Amino acid sequence: MNSASSSRPITPGETLAKVKAGLPRRRAAERRFRAYGLAAIVGGLVVLAILLLDILFKGHSAFWQTRIELDVFVDPAMVAASSDERTRLMEADYSGMIRQGLGKLFPEVTERGRKRSLGALLSGGAPYELRDRVVADPALIGQTIPIWVTASPDVDMFEKGQLGAPDTDSFRLKSDQIEWLARLKQEHRLEKRFNTQFFSAGDSREPEQSGIWGAAVGSFFTLLVTLSLSLPMGIAAAIYLEEFAPRNRWTDVIEVNINNLAAVPSIVFGLLGLAVFINFFQLPRSSPLVGGLVLTLMTLPVIIIAGRSALKAVPPSIREAALGVGASSMQTVLHHVLPLALPGMLTGGIIGMARALGESAPLLMIGMVAFIVDVPGSVMDPATVLPVQIYLWADSPERAFVERTSAAILVLLAFLILMNGLAVYLRRRFERRW
Amino acid sequence: MDKPTLLLLILVLTTAGYYFGRKRSLDIVSGKVQELHSLPSYYGYYLAMWVGVPTLLLLLIWLGFEGAVLSRLVVADLPGELQGDSGERAALLINEIRNTMAGAGSGSGDPSIQAAANHYRHLQAVSDWLLSLGVIALAALGGWFGHRQIEVEQRARNKVEKGTMVFLIACSTIAIFTTVGIVLSVVFESVLFFQKVPVTDFLFGLRWSPQMAIRADQVGSSGAFGAVPLFTGTLLISFIAMVVAVPIGLMSAIYLAEYASPRVRTVAKPLLEILAGVPTVVYGFFAALTVAPYIRDLGQSLGLDVSSESALAAGLVMGVMIIPFVSSLSDDFINAVPQSLRDGAYALGATQSETIRQVIIPAALPGIVGGILLAVSRAIGETMIVVMAAGLSANLTANPLAAVTTVTTQIVTLLVGDQEFDSPKTLAAFALGLVLFLVTLMLNIAALMIVRKYREQYE
Repeated sequence: MNSASSSRPITPGETLAKVKAGLPRRRAAERRFRAYGLAAIVGGLVVLAILLLDILFKGHSAFWQTRIELDVFVDPAMVAASSDERTRLMEADYSGMIRQGLGKLFPEVTERGRKRSLGALLSGGAPYELRDRVVADPALIGQTIPIWVTASPDVDMFEKGQLGAPDTDSFRLKSDQIEWLARLKQEHRLEKRFNTQFFSAGDSREPEQSGIWGAAVGSFFTLLVTLSLSLPMGIAAAIYLEEFAPRNRWTDVIEVNINNLAAVPSIVFGLLGLAVFINFFQLPRSSPLVGGLVLTLMTLPVIIIAGRSALKAVPPSIREAALGVGASSMQTVLHHVLPLALPGMLTGGIIGMARALGESAPLLMIGMVAFIVDVPGSVMDPATVLPVQIYLWADSPERAFVERTSAAILVLLAFLILMNGLAVYLRRRFERRW
Repeated sequence: MDKPTLLLLILVLTTAGYYFGRKRSLDIVSGKVQELHSLPSYYGYYLAMWVGVPTLLLLLIWLGFEGAVLSRLVVADLPGELQGDSGERAALLINEIRNTMAGAGSGSGDPSIQAAANHYRHLQAVSDWLLSLGVIALAALGGWFGHRQIEVEQRARNKVEKGTMVFLIACSTIAIFTTVGIVLSVVFESVLFFQKVPVTDFLFGLRWSPQMAIRADQVGSSGAFGAVPLFTGTLLISFIAMVVAVPIGLMSAIYLAEYASPRVRTVAKPLLEILAGVPTVVYGFFAALTVAPYIRDLGQSLGLDVSSESALAAGLVMGVMIIPFVSSLSDDFINAVPQSLRDGAYALGATQSETIRQVIIPAALPGIVGGILLAVSRAIGETMIVVMAAGLSANLTANPLAAVTTVTTQIVTLLVGDQEFDSPKTLAAFALGLVLFLVTLMLNIAALMIVRKYREQYE
């Protein structure tokens, strides 16, 4: 203003000209800015798409497993002589029978080294598959049965085209092995079938025999502990803090603590679990019980915060009406406010559970990374969980584990989508506007 | 009975308690409910409380201390030559005994260990018996007492409500106990660590090699615990992550809040938030198996020497993970800026982008800064991505193409696998945990304070 008074006054026409001169530049800046924003969103979504497609691309093949059909003669002479029926069946020479069955298909292979490379077409688990068949039905002894057995990981990857070029290091098949495979294929004795083992087996050092069932059961037990502790306790804490707590320093401390715990790195909870639950209380290491306790402490803040906002959304008129007809304050909350807030609380609970299902860092601390073949039978047994299984497989040097890792990720993501979908459904179904 | 069965039994007994309490109250007044002080169900809850609460507490206490007591008893009964005098050895022995019990023992050849395992098994059986007995006795006692208390004039509702209130308060204090537990557990072990390694060596030392040789004459027999390379590594990766996340997150928040049509918004916002819902182990896998090899190949074709565990790969992927944190918080704060400020700017002739840059962003800045601080804290504490994609070698470098290691990676490496509990190697992990906890705590508190102060500004 004072500059205008000291120098020559600016006429309106000049201002207009100045503004007009600047307009193209400002409009370009506007368009640029807008484009940056759009680019940021598109960029984020493209990365998401690349991530998911990459995993889908790597993992889809693990749901199929190459199998080879043999005609195996279950030789009574090769079944061990033992009085106990079960050990007799368990200890029979099944690998010998498998070898014979394979030999029958390729009678021209007689030399030792070539025989060995012929045997290498099959998984080391093939005799067990035969054993399970025979143990389930002992009447098969003395018969010749057609049986589909799992092929070795190299064969499997060759069939899926993942073995790389024929002259690289990772290509571990010999030329006569490839010939044999072609012949098996011609005779329709080699097929890719749906990989049931992946969903029914526990962990294994051999990629073709490993499955996610053990980890899935471990995850189930861990989440069971987490859910049955964190949901009631989270709801109780939310009710107290929102409905009953007096506004004083003590409740302030609790609130600051809850907000802060929600942002503490998950690995710190693992340190807590290691020091308190395992070293102090000596609870069993690697057990879903300890894992569930640690995840309970982690998800509690999430559930409390969600629960409080659900309670806040219930209008005060409900409370006043209940108090007005003579309900006690506890009855008001438990009989009238809580049922209305429950869908919102459950939504928060499911989201907390989804987070707990994907969590792995604190579980590494409490020993859930052990190599565990057996499927856990209770919350006290050593177990691992899906994300940790993914971590373990991702670390494995075996190339064939890459597709299994990706497939396990796909399963995990499917569960997460399911849980989040349920949360969205609950919110839509029960959401009320007051 | 084992514990799950016992838990089931307690639940059954508690339900029975409810049923009998309710029945008793109705019997007293011979069905005339109006004569009772409280509704019959409250007498049921009252009796159920008397049965359920003491037995559950007993079960919890037993579960908490059984392991420690049993192993002490077993170790005390071991033959003298096995016992030794250090606690470390006892812990190893207990592990061996437990392994033998599980039938997967490596040391099952030793007959005295075998005997100890049998002894342990025996004690375990006795303990289970005692516990079952205790639970049943306590349930009977509580049931009898509660049953006797039920009278016409008994104020059952008030007592049940009081009990419920105690439960509610107890649950809300768990957050405090968790924080106290975290602080105590990391501080306690860190103090032990700092008795062996001076604090200054830890905080300012430039060399990190925690592997201690078993024999004193081996190379590198004394570990070095200078954590500076870990701090710089963490900062480097977090910095790369923030370089990715802040512009993308902020710009997408601005676009969603100011430009996007409601339809685009309802589609794009949840899609972006999927990025926050993907488990970190998935990002780690993606970083290690897809991004890192890609960057290495790209670098090689440009003639650059890129490590296969480069900080760049881990940082980029971590940045992607953090985008939704930045964007959703910024979005909240941009939306909280009152419309009157926008209208004022438009009235002066500003374009939309000028309004955003010169009015809205400055107005929302404290909130955005708070959100970014929270995101930094998340980046520093992130574990799985760096464990899988960053290296283990503690290099003191600012080169994003080299391999660096981070605080969280080292915590995991030091603590995974078998550990003895008073070697500096294990304790170092807790000292690192303490640093991590304190740093993220400060960031969180700063962020929360900024956010809280700002929220009040326009309300």
